[in-house]
Amino acid sequence: MTEGTSGPMTVPPDEVPPPPANGRPGDGTDDFLGLTRDECVELLRLMVLSRRFEEKAAEVYQTGKIGGFCHLYIGQEAVAVGSITPLRPDDHVITAYRDHAQAIVRGITPNAVMAELYGRVDGCSKGFGGSMHMFDKSLNFLGGHGIVGSHLPLAAGVGYSIRYRGGDQVCLCFFGDSVVNIGAFHESMNMAARWKLPVIFLLENNQYGMGTDFRRVTAVKELKDRGRAYDGLVSLDVDGMDVLAVRQAMEEAIERARVEKTPTFMEARCFRYMGHSMADPSHGTYRTKEEVERWRSDDPILDFSRRLLEAGRLTEAEYDAMDKRAIDASEAAAEFADQSPFPDPDAIYQYIYADGYPDDMKRRDAWRKEFS
Amino acid sequence: MPVLSYRDALNEALREEMERDDSIFIIGEEVGEYDGAYKVSKGLLERFGEWRVRDAPIAELGFAGLGVGAAMSGLRPIVEFMTWNFALLAIDEVINSAAKLHQMSGGQYTVPVVFRGPGGAALQLAAQHSQSPEPWYAYVPGLKVIAPATAKDAKGLLKSAIRDNDPVVFIESEIMYSLVKDEVPEEEYLTPIGKAEVKREGTDVTIVCHSKLVHQSLSAAQALAQDGIEAEVLDLRTVRPLDVPAIIESVEKTNRAVVAEEGWPMCNIGAQVVDDIQREAFDYLDAPIARVNGLDVPMPYAKNLEKIVTPNAQHVAEAVRHVCYS
Repeated sequence: MTEGTSGPMTVPPDEVPPPPANGRPGDGTDDFLGLTRDECVELLRLMVLSRRFEEKAAEVYQTGKIGGFCHLYIGQEAVAVGSITPLRPDDHVITAYRDHAQAIVRGITPNAVMAELYGRVDGCSKGFGGSMHMFDKSLNFLGGHGIVGSHLPLAAGVGYSIRYRGGDQVCLCFFGDSVVNIGAFHESMNMAARWKLPVIFLLENNQYGMGTDFRRVTAVKELKDRGRAYDGLVSLDVDGMDVLAVRQAMEEAIERARVEKTPTFMEARCFRYMGHSMADPSHGTYRTKEEVERWRSDDPILDFSRRLLEAGRLTEAEYDAMDKRAIDASEAAAEFADQSPFPDPDAIYQYIYADGYPDDMKRRDAWRKEFS
Repeated sequence: MPVLSYRDALNEALREEMERDDSIFIIGEEVGEYDGAYKVSKGLLERFGEWRVRDAPIAELGFAGLGVGAAMSGLRPIVEFMTWNFALLAIDEVINSAAKLHQMSGGQYTVPVVFRGPGGAALQLAAQHSQSPEPWYAYVPGLKVIAPATAKDAKGLLKSAIRDNDPVVFIESEIMYSLVKDEVPEEEYLTPIGKAEVKREGTDVTIVCHSKLVHQSLSAAQALAQDGIEAEVLDLRTVRPLDVPAIIESVEKTNRAVVAEEGWPMCNIGAQVVDDIQREAFDYLDAPIARVNGLDVPMPYAKNLEKIVTPNAQHVAEAVRHVCYS
């Protein structure tokens, strides 16, 4: 096959990692990594909430109440939930622009995330960030970054702060598969490995960097091999459609980072069901309907709820009630966001400089009627 | 008062601030064992240890971003670029991360980081190593941009930059590190960011300048005085925020202005100064404003060509005579 051909890209079947059909933690046992029933139900609840929240966001987007880019996470919920839930409150989380689920799982309320999507004052970034820039300092949630790869050095910096202060916190850094080919990725992993910075680099390999299959532009077959270039950094891959697999790998990575200060590069293989953003369809240009459906048949929520049901840790009625609460919370978030005021025009200069925007610099904007 | 070189003044600022506040660390290429490519960080590794004086790999984007992340999580990093030419590899972190994060987070995160290193031409370093970066950064809301001309200002402003809660771009000069020497107070002082200073008082024309061109302008003023022209030399010191009131005050007094800087003419600091003057002091002007700058070419290597491209005191004096119609 030649490079640069137009039309749908077909990846040879043997290059597509098949979703594992069995052998997941909890399958056929009652162990579930030693998690209690309630802990398991909480993992499921967070995945369902993220899913329903984003479905609502997609619906509202069509009405024009949410603007700009809006990148949905639907299909990848197991990664955010499996990786964020084992963290402590004083750990740090930093992520790319597909950040709604991470924000919610970390503890930002659906109301605050939705209000941010609406660009309102009650948003978690007060309406200044939008879909791609969710922040909450009180939860050590450092955003929401829109330039591919540019937040990886920031994660290394957070890790540096932790070591500098002699702390035992960790920094979890999410990013997509397109990042493995950018310099910032290697510069960050090199520094983290060399200086033993407690950073967990979590690659969410959803198979496509926007519309480009990572295999078309990446000169390694196994992305985790990219981390093998660095001594002192543990590289591994994990089934990103399985919340318990992610959780287990994360617990080990967290322990390594806390105790030995060893950074980890973890590839979680997963799939986004929707387009890259609200601007493109789920399939048709760069991937086939069959491929999307095959991954959807391995849905992380359906799979995990099935395992909980089979193990007697959840009933159908409990699942339905949980789902309804997630739908209601998402509806309520949209209602809340709609009622929240737009930011005050006087706030335009408010957050440019920490100690206030110098009045003298406003003189060049004074010709605008709004300011006279 | 002791006389210090520009380099030693910067070194004192770093040392004093690091003694005062243990959240300050410096990271960059050769800052530690090598004592700094230009020796600005001399002796700091020995005094403060490797976590506070960190030799970085040649990975400007990576260690600049590391500084931003460390600043977001409670430290006060000083990121040294061996020269500002290499910082182009890191400009994404300076502009897209450092300058934006306070606003994008709705004011939650601050980024108290200093990016510093030498800018401008030295001697025959050719096109890739002879650039004046001020306008690239002065364009960006969220940054502060400082380019001091004297040892005293270098020390006082670097201390202010380190204590500032926003990202600061601090542009030094390879040529000035050793050539510029002046009196530096022994007692503690801070030079305010965003305030210009009259380096020479005059009545006939205002020369607005910063960094190296302050010295060229002072020489020019001396020569002009022999011809009876008294030039006021206004050193901007900070180019963002620009001290427009000081510029206007001086021009209202002298009624004529020359704007001098080392870099290229298109969209440079001088272009902005001219705009500010015509907006706010148009009626005070007795002549069109003249600009002195480097020629609009990448710096050639050959000694004679470099000399032609680079603005000097004679160019400043010519411009002053032009606006004074003398």
